[in-house]
Amino acid sequence: MKPLLSSSITPFVYFMISIACIESQNARRVGDVQDAEFNDFSVPLEHSFEVDDIGRFRARGALQLKSGREPGATLSQNHLSQDDRIKLKDVAAVDGLYRIRVPRVSMQADRQADRQTSGYLTAFVRACAMVESHLSDVITLHTDVSGTLIGVSIVTLPGACGGAELEDDVDLEVFNTTLAVMAPVTAPGPETALFLERMEQESEKKGKNPQEQKSFFAKYWMYIVPLVLFLMMSGAQDQSGGGGGGGGNGGGR
Amino acid sequence: MAKVFIITFKLIMFFFTVDAVFEDQVGKFDWRQQYIGNVRFGHFDAQLQSSKKVILATEQNVFAAVNIRTGELFWRHVDKTGPEGSIDALLHHGQDAVVVVGNGRILRSWDINVGGLNWEMVLDSGSFQAACFVGQQDTVKHVAVLKKTALSLHYLSNGHQKWVENLPDSETVDYQFVYSGGTGEVYVLGVLPHSHIAIVTYSVEDGEIIKQVSVEAPWLSNIQVSCAMVGKGILTCVNPASASLYTLDIHSQTQMTQIPLQSLGLDVTPDFQPVLVSTQPNPSQHPLYEFLLQLSSDHYLLLQLNNGEITTLRDFKPVNLASFSTTGDKTVLAVMSPKNKTACSVNLFSAETGRRLLDTTVNVNIDPYSGKPQKLYVQTFLKKDDSVGYRVMLQTEDHTLTFIQQPGRVMWTREESLSDVVTMEMVDLPLTGTQAELEGEFGKKADGLLSMVLKRLSSQLILLQAWIAHLWKLFYDARKPRSQVKNDMSIETLSRDEFNLQKMMVMVTASGKLFGIDSKTGTILWKHYLENVPSNAAFKLMVQRTTAHFPHPPQCTLLIKDKVSGLTTLHVFNPIFGKKSHVTPPSLPQPILQSLMLPLMDQDYAKVLLLVDDQYKVTAFPSTKNVLQQLQEMASSIFFYLVDSNPGRLSGYRLRTDLSTELIWEVVMPIEVQKIVSVKGKRPNEHVHSQGRVMGDRSVLYKYLNPNLLAVVSESTDSHQERSFIGIMLIDGVTGRIIHEAVQRKAKGPVHIVHSENWVVYEYWSTKSRRNEFSVIELYEGTELYNSTVFSSLDRPHAPQVLQQSYIFPSSISTLEATLTEKGITSRHLLIGLPSGGILSLPKMFLDPRRPEIISEQSREENLIPYSPELIIRTEWFVNYNQTVSRVRGIYTAPSGLESTCLVVAYGLDIYQTRVYPSKQFDVLKDDYDYMLISSVLFALFFATMISKRLAEVKLLNRAWR
Repeated sequence: MKPLLSSSITPFVYFMISIACIESQNARRVGDVQDAEFNDFSVPLEHSFEVDDIGRFRARGALQLKSGREPGATLSQNHLSQDDRIKLKDVAAVDGLYRIRVPRVSMQADRQADRQTSGYLTAFVRACAMVESHLSDVITLHTDVSGTLIGVSIVTLPGACGGAELEDDVDLEVFNTTLAVMAPVTAPGPETALFLERMEQESEKKGKNPQEQKSFFAKYWMYIVPLVLFLMMSGAQDQSGGGGGGGGNGGGR
Repeated sequence: MAKVFIITFKLIMFFFTVDAVFEDQVGKFDWRQQYIGNVRFGHFDAQLQSSKKVILATEQNVFAAVNIRTGELFWRHVDKTGPEGSIDALLHHGQDAVVVVGNGRILRSWDINVGGLNWEMVLDSGSFQAACFVGQQDTVKHVAVLKKTALSLHYLSNGHQKWVENLPDSETVDYQFVYSGGTGEVYVLGVLPHSHIAIVTYSVEDGEIIKQVSVEAPWLSNIQVSCAMVGKGILTCVNPASASLYTLDIHSQTQMTQIPLQSLGLDVTPDFQPVLVSTQPNPSQHPLYEFLLQLSSDHYLLLQLNNGEITTLRDFKPVNLASFSTTGDKTVLAVMSPKNKTACSVNLFSAETGRRLLDTTVNVNIDPYSGKPQKLYVQTFLKKDDSVGYRVMLQTEDHTLTFIQQPGRVMWTREESLSDVVTMEMVDLPLTGTQAELEGEFGKKADGLLSMVLKRLSSQLILLQAWIAHLWKLFYDARKPRSQVKNDMSIETLSRDEFNLQKMMVMVTASGKLFGIDSKTGTILWKHYLENVPSNAAFKLMVQRTTAHFPHPPQCTLLIKDKVSGLTTLHVFNPIFGKKSHVTPPSLPQPILQSLMLPLMDQDYAKVLLLVDDQYKVTAFPSTKNVLQQLQEMASSIFFYLVDSNPGRLSGYRLRTDLSTELIWEVVMPIEVQKIVSVKGKRPNEHVHSQGRVMGDRSVLYKYLNPNLLAVVSESTDSHQERSFIGIMLIDGVTGRIIHEAVQRKAKGPVHIVHSENWVVYEYWSTKSRRNEFSVIELYEGTELYNSTVFSSLDRPHAPQVLQQSYIFPSSISTLEATLTEKGITSRHLLIGLPSGGILSLPKMFLDPRRPEIISEQSREENLIPYSPELIIRTEWFVNYNQTVSRVRGIYTAPSGLESTCLVVAYGLDIYQTRVYPSKQFDVLKDDYDYMLISSVLFALFFATMISKRLAEVKLLNRAWR
């Protein structure tokens, strides 16, 4: 949040503040209690499974969406009827699809007025996976930054379609659904502050330890000086030994 | 901050040694070709007889001088792209070339000898109309620039403005033409459409208006199109409606004289589009009295204006092109006329008399796979016997420049369409005949034991024969000096080398011309111009059959889609020879939305291409019975996705057995918030060698390797720098499941993205910090794999772990690509094309979200580089050292037969090909490998063992005797 100017509030600045206020309302992490009821709304969750794979969507349950910055959702679902159970098995036998759809809606508070219901978001899972997992699925609703639903996904747990036989059809009556709402995460930027801090710490550490501060020469002079002396001595000998030969030797090195 | 760098450098140095090329390796594995683009203006340097320059200004905003002996560039200046740098006019006089750039924004003068800038002037605003030299007493001292509302005069020597004058009635009169005939006056001609011509005469000295005349011309709307200045200030216009010429002496007359074309004995068809061409050999003198009238595309007339009367000097028909040229005091007309389908001839005619000059025929062969001739540039010179000699430069529709000398020898050609490569593929070269024979033997089905044995024997015999021939050639070549051993590269001798390092580069250019280029040398081996390619076409090139299926020829398919109508055509060809295939592609009456290449093959080993039209019906190519049967079996597991960025809709479809489709998932991103800018999948030919990463504690972190994963990039509609963002969504292309969704706040495009293995790297502009940043996302399944044998999008219920990290990058980038190797063992590098012309090879190791903030024992064990927020550009990472690649638009990578080596082609205005070795050449012995040392050591060891064995034996014997 930027510190706002206090002295001269021109209409323009005022306008800016009002926008900032709306944004901060959205940014508030704790939802208002009295708002919650008002913001809750329900959309149908529909499913379709047909042997001929043509979408005929029927109600599966109702999604209770909680708007606000931290959106949530609850799901109340019907039981699967006897006919549907048989049909689902039939569809699974021909490796058909089990599909779900939700209407495109916005979960944001101030957009409730123009919640558009034009079009649906659809997802699918293989019907056999639905049968074999005994109707235990995970439905995830994805929203964009403004809180509009952009996608829905469904997976079953376990996800495999092993072709295992089902003994009784009691398992196929009640949905065991895990529901989640996912908003986009904020991607991290470059971490400069932490890095600089670490560097400062390291340089401080070095400053405390004077041993480290010594230069290369200061540390190893006792080895270098005799070496240099030795080289000089040998070089001098070489030169005094034979002028021309020594020169040639030096060039070669 | 300096310390930070030093510490990071020290750390980096532990992991890397020098990576750049050595000086003696320059040009050994790489080559660069520089292009200029389609020529808009061209002038021959005529100041000296021995001059060998042609000055060219192009549609790619390049200004260059080309050596007419070799076709190489003397110098080249690349201006900004787009209308800001577009060259509006080129005037050339003596040593100076004056260029008007950016719709009259800048006036520049170049010294054409060295390509240096003489001066540059920023002009007043206003849209550019015309420019001309203004000369007086045989010297050219000024340049006049006509804008919509003003006329300005500049000194040629230093560019300073002599005067600028507003044009009278510029809001109604459309001034289009400026003329000076060396008389100390500048004439500006404007037209009030369908009413009259306005002629304003200015004095060169002070810009004073000397005279202002208005002439009735109700039929005229555009002076530049229908008029030309002929002789001493006589404006000659042609009116197609009344089929007559009009003349007007702008010095004295106020009424146009009408001369019907019928009076010249000419019959005209009613829909003719006449064009007048005159010539002004010297800007300080008036134009010639002779001019050309083009009546139709193949009919020209040479006319002469004489005391207000027009006479026909010569009638040319049929003719392709005609062009004036002047040398000394002689002006000639070069006329190109068709001889037959594949040949044309150019002849010279005297402009004064219209007589044909003897021995001036140049024969031009027209390649049937190139475009039609478009423009003729003629360079004339005086021979020793004072006759006129000439050379021509021919520009064709496919943006090719061909330079031809008498009597028809092609000196050079420049394929300027290669300055705008759209897409490319690299195809393996075919095996040699013998190799193919062997391969064929294994490929065929067994037919009897005896015949198999015979076949084997015969193929062995062929191999033996080839080997002996090879030895003989080696022996023969060894005696010749090295320079004479030619490395002949022709289309017949093409064959794969030992390590498959040499490939055929198939390049598709925006003009619709296809090229086959040898990747080793850069030689163009074949070219094919596709006519009737719409100017706004989108191309997609696919390899349907590789060279691996001898005797079936390799097959490429180019999909050409009109961006507006969506109508698509297919061009099927052999990528090695460039010939159009006999296979007839399906006719596609509906617009095509999506194409996908299946791994399925028909009985002739061609991969199946599916095309989805706007009715969501699928067409298969090839569509043989075999293919259709396979498709029916596979239909329930063939999925595809469509992206429509306008409503922001991503949708998934599944194929049905009757080749119709059904919608199975749908994701909609509302365009009020964000719009989809790019969708990137993985490359189908990518191999990942290692399934996971070994961590410091010896456990394995498994990669999430979903081949169907798509990275969808969106940009916010709100472009305010505080609220703009970039969205990255990872979505499964089969199930439509959103795997990960992230937004990079306070960020802006353009986004460059690479998606490979289990990672996505993207680059964006951070509006908050005003810098370029890289971000990397990596996906891991965790320490346990869900199903280690096979990956299925339908059966991966657990969402992967997502790791992300971002870095500062010190430069903006033009393009981004990742290296690719045969088996994926070699570590990956990112190839980054920089606007400066460098190609940077950045190890992916630096873009690793697991780089730790705090160094621990485990991270050290894993060889992770400690996190530092800045990526540093090290000069030895430039793979193209000093070979600048201008305006890089794309980088293509292809694996070679060597695991360590990746072939890289960068294209833009220039083309650059090289090899990169991301993990060094671990599978190749170095050039300077000491074979002598190793063999002598081996021999020495061998003898030592022999001797010691002998000694041991003797010793044993002695001991036994004891």
